[in-house]
Amino acid sequence: MNQKIETETKDIELIIGKILRIGVIVAATVIGIGLLMFLIEGTGGYPAGAHPSRPAAILQGVIALKPYAVLMLGLFLLILTPVLRVVVSIYAFIKEKDRLYTWITTVVLVILIGAMVIGYLG
Amino acid sequence: MVGQALLLAGVGLMAGILGALLGLGGGIIITPVLTLMMGLPIQYAIAASIVAVIATSSGATIAYLKDDMLNLRVAMFLEIATTVGAVLGAILTGLFNANILYFLFGALLLFSVYNMIRKMLMKPENIKAPVPDKAAEKLNLNGEYFDKSTGQRVEYQVTNVPGGFAMMFGAGLASGLLGIGSGAFKVLAMDTIMKMPLKPSTATSNLMMGVTAAASATVYFFNGSLQPQIAAPLAIGILIGATLGTRLMQIMPTKVLRWIFIPVIGYMGLQMLLKGFGVNIG
Repeated sequence: MNQKIETETKDIELIIGKILRIGVIVAATVIGIGLLMFLIEGTGGYPAGAHPSRPAAILQGVIALKPYAVLMLGLFLLILTPVLRVVVSIYAFIKEKDRLYTWITTVVLVILIGAMVIGYLG
Repeated sequence: MVGQALLLAGVGLMAGILGALLGLGGGIIITPVLTLMMGLPIQYAIAASIVAVIATSSGATIAYLKDDMLNLRVAMFLEIATTVGAVLGAILTGLFNANILYFLFGALLLFSVYNMIRKMLMKPENIKAPVPDKAAEKLNLNGEYFDKSTGQRVEYQVTNVPGGFAMMFGAGLASGLLGIGSGAFKVLAMDTIMKMPLKPSTATSNLMMGVTAAASATVYFFNGSLQPQIAAPLAIGILIGATLGTRLMQIMPTKVLRWIFIPVIGYMGLQMLLKGFGVNIG
């Protein structure tokens, strides 16, 4: 591995790290706000044992400021952080002109999104 | 309610530290606490631990990327094997006898523990240097990291790429079939089979875990198994714990890290082996 590739890889890891950090902080902040709301209000805003799990229901709940809906939104953002990581890696490998790893990472993204769609439908 | 949230955050903190340190998902701590101590049904506990895996992974990866501890190319290349394995495993669930699978995977972990202990007790000069691997060079997998405990930059070569790839496929298959986080198998594939040093192995395993877990997390999220009041305090605790764990791992001598890793893996192996016989512990 020559010096040029090495420093480029380092730059790319820094970019990925930065974007990922923003993603994690956003998810953690939303979860934190939801937790505070839940603890202050003392209720999730839904009947006992129930919580929203479909996108439309979560969105409605967030607009109505229901603690459980805010928590679910935050958890969903957290689940998306690994996807974000793969997307940013593809961009980084393209920038590095590493075609092999652009392809490898794209394949990973396609499999991941396919599996998530199956998960959503299933 | 505040008490329960604090307890969960505390459990998350511990799981996050251990997970980031050893490249594991933390399910080994979280699942027994949720099922045995809090009496939560198993599918809710599994859903919470899958989100815990993602929290550990994302929390740890931020630090490890910044400190150049993980190997991005190894992660992405092997990720193909784990994701395909995981999807296939999820599709094939029910076709295999779970007991036999638990027995096999448990035996594999115990065998790895035996190998690691043997290697630890060997004199350093008896350990063969890894043979340069053509596939590793072609795929640009060799790397280096800075070891804060010794203050040295360590260059390393990766060997037996096909073997590691196959093991990763098995790790993905196991997580899809049995719903277990497979951090232990990922670390073993890199450390034992591909001869990557332990520190970049656990850091890279942390990166990969999240990607593998994201797909199964979606299932649990949308089918309602994910309980927000359980998963949320857990996730916050884990994110903090994982950040602490990454600091700890870097200043810890590799030898100490391995002596923590071996009994944890041994315990997990024993647990799985016994599950194969229908006995549940922890």
